[in-house]
Amino acid sequence: MDVLTSNFSTFAKGFLGTVELTVYSSVLALVLGFVMASFRVAPVGSFRVFGTVWVTVLRNTPLTLLFFAVLLGLPRFGLVLPFKVFAILALGCYTSAFICEALRSGINTVPRGQGEAARSLGMTFGQTLSMVVLPQAFRSVIPPVGSTIIALAKNSAIAGAFSVTELLGTYKTLSELGYNIIWTFFWIAVGYLIITLTISAIFNVLEKRWGVPR
Amino acid sequence: MAVDPLIELRDVNKYYGELHVLQDINLTVGKGEVVVVIGPSGSGKSTLCRTINRLETIQSGNIRLDGQPLPAEGRALAQLRAEVGMVFQSFNLFAHKTVLQNVSLAQIKVRGRKRDDADKRSHELLDRVGLASQAAKFPAQLSGGQQQRVAIARALAMDPKALLFDEPTSALDPEMINEVLEVMRQLAREGMTMVVVTHEMGFARSAANRVVFMADGRIVEDRTPEDFFTNPHSERAKDFLSKILKH
Repeated sequence: MDVLTSNFSTFAKGFLGTVELTVYSSVLALVLGFVMASFRVAPVGSFRVFGTVWVTVLRNTPLTLLFFAVLLGLPRFGLVLPFKVFAILALGCYTSAFICEALRSGINTVPRGQGEAARSLGMTFGQTLSMVVLPQAFRSVIPPVGSTIIALAKNSAIAGAFSVTELLGTYKTLSELGYNIIWTFFWIAVGYLIITLTISAIFNVLEKRWGVPR
Repeated sequence: MAVDPLIELRDVNKYYGELHVLQDINLTVGKGEVVVVIGPSGSGKSTLCRTINRLETIQSGNIRLDGQPLPAEGRALAQLRAEVGMVFQSFNLFAHKTVLQNVSLAQIKVRGRKRDDADKRSHELLDRVGLASQAAKFPAQLSGGQQQRVAIARALAMDPKALLFDEPTSALDPEMINEVLEVMRQLAREGMTMVVVTHEMGFARSAANRVVFMADGRIVEDRTPEDFFTNPHSERAKDFLSKILKH
């Protein structure tokens, strides 16, 4: 127990680091995932190709490898940013591929006729997608997007290996101080639970509010 | 007959892979004309209807609306589609929006009307199709016939030059068919240009200026309803009519 009480600020720092990584990466992943899903159903062929390549590359690259590519690769091209920003980029882009596919499966649950009706009224592709198709797709993608965001929260632990402050990384400091590793991990696990259960709760509320079939 | 052509199809061909679903289609629909397309299923009549606002693309030939060739994807196509209303077999009302929002949405987003003006117009149109009291409901709360009448109001809200009906009564219970046909007859009387794909021979007889009979992707006959029903020329049409008019 005293692992937690006497090192509360270390835990808190790590906890907040993970929260920060999760929030920023989630926003990035949701925005990019939305854009890529739009690309993948666009009437323009080159957009579809771009979306498909994006998903294929990012979904099939191990996240650790992606971290190496971003953190060590991008500076070689002259792009030097704080490691935390790089970590958010890597996590966000990686997760966007999964969000994109979840959104796309949601889009596919909306009957074709809905889009056809919108287009036959003269609505553009963007209007059709944003006002008719996605609001209906949204209902069915809440659960899978929730799972993806939870996975993102846990994946953020990889950033710790690249000297970004986050929750799992606190074990290194604490084990050097000689604390029992089991209890250290126990409290780290509790920290992750707090974050993931919060995400679950948020998505449960969203589902109650929007997920009900009309 | 067609003094002032509104919809023109010239040598239109369409394939689904190997299947030649539209073969050298030539069709002109004049302003104010009501053309009913009939034929056995799989004859390409729905496809024909859907090519007119490019929900289906064609491989060759050309389609003109009010003298203008149908544009490819993009803003120009969207603008043109706004001029041609479409009513679907499965209604396709926006399931997440109320009846009123269904009718108002495109007025606001496509025609750029203010919400109040759009809603006012929607109420007028809903009143016209006899559904003024249902404006606040969601589509799933209405019967099929009511949904289809909302769909007609939604199409009319754009003040289209022509209306396309793709089997508008095929998904309806028999007792609801008439309420939809009555709205369509009313529109026909008011001079709306209409292309109607249907199996309702009674409607074809009473409201159509011309009947187009399709079989196997071709237009086999294109004549006045009176001529067609009393004296079909082709064997194909005779056979079709003998099968459907018996019972």
